[in-house]
Amino acid sequence: MEICRQNEALEIRELDPFLAELLRQIPESARPKDSLAAEERLFSPPAAPEEKVLRAEWKLYVVPELRRLFQSATETVRHDLQQLRCTDKPFANCTLCIPMVHADAWLSALNQARLAIAATCQFTDHELCDHYRSPLGSRRDLSLFQVNFYGFLQEFILREMEGGG
Amino acid sequence: MLTFFMNRPRRNGAAHCEILSGPSWTGVIDVPRSTLEMPTIEKQEATSEEIEMPWNVVVHNDPINLMSYVTMVFQRVFGYPRERAEKHMLEVHHNGRSILWSGVRERAELYVQQLHGYLLLATVEKIG
Repeated sequence: MEICRQNEALEIRELDPFLAELLRQIPESARPKDSLAAEERLFSPPAAPEEKVLRAEWKLYVVPELRRLFQSATETVRHDLQQLRCTDKPFANCTLCIPMVHADAWLSALNQARLAIAATCQFTDHELCDHYRSPLGSRRDLSLFQVNFYGFLQEFILREMEGGG
Repeated sequence: MLTFFMNRPRRNGAAHCEILSGPSWTGVIDVPRSTLEMPTIEKQEATSEEIEMPWNVVVHNDPINLMSYVTMVFQRVFGYPRERAEKHMLEVHHNGRSILWSGVRERAELYVQQLHGYLLLATVEKIG
């Protein structure tokens, strides 16, 4: 896999089917689904438990706004990911082009996915810092690899955003 | 702090002044009408607690958000220069939390809403 900046876009070339599949899973991974832990992390309380009124108003007025904001970002990413529908050669490497104007949406969607996965799997600090762990051992290891891979993409996008002024 | 609300004069010739709340009492007083009609004065004040007590915007550590990402968010939300944003980011990383801003409650809540939009763990905290 290669990532480079091409004018006003980021290009991810030579994406093998495994990594392409992980990218396709970003929008789904970003949705808390039935995970209460993920829901609580994505929509964390704005104040201590004794601030009951503030917390109740927050749920009523702010959380729906945040939900719309997050959903809008994942929809942008979902749209960009349509490039990965390699229907003619399903096992061929592909290329993904991310317009720089979508960089914020990608950062948000990747972050949502990382936070939701980590909260659902309840990764420990030790696991999150262990970058030499094999991704092939279990579903949990695969999820950890997903978190790290998405983090790598975030780093790259951030670097390019900074570099681009 | 005294909070009051003064209405238009009543038909019976008395200006009506409702004292909505005071330090230790609540009441309604009817006062005689003067020759000149009293202008309408509406005044509503927040409690001293709401006005004077500043609130902190606190960002808490989480092991997922990237350090570079958190720095960028602090620069964007608070307009801090990179050095200051990095200082706060490192404070969050090493101490588990950092106070990013202090001031009136409404603005503090707005900052927290923005920080939540970037998926950072942030809260408002009453000082004192």
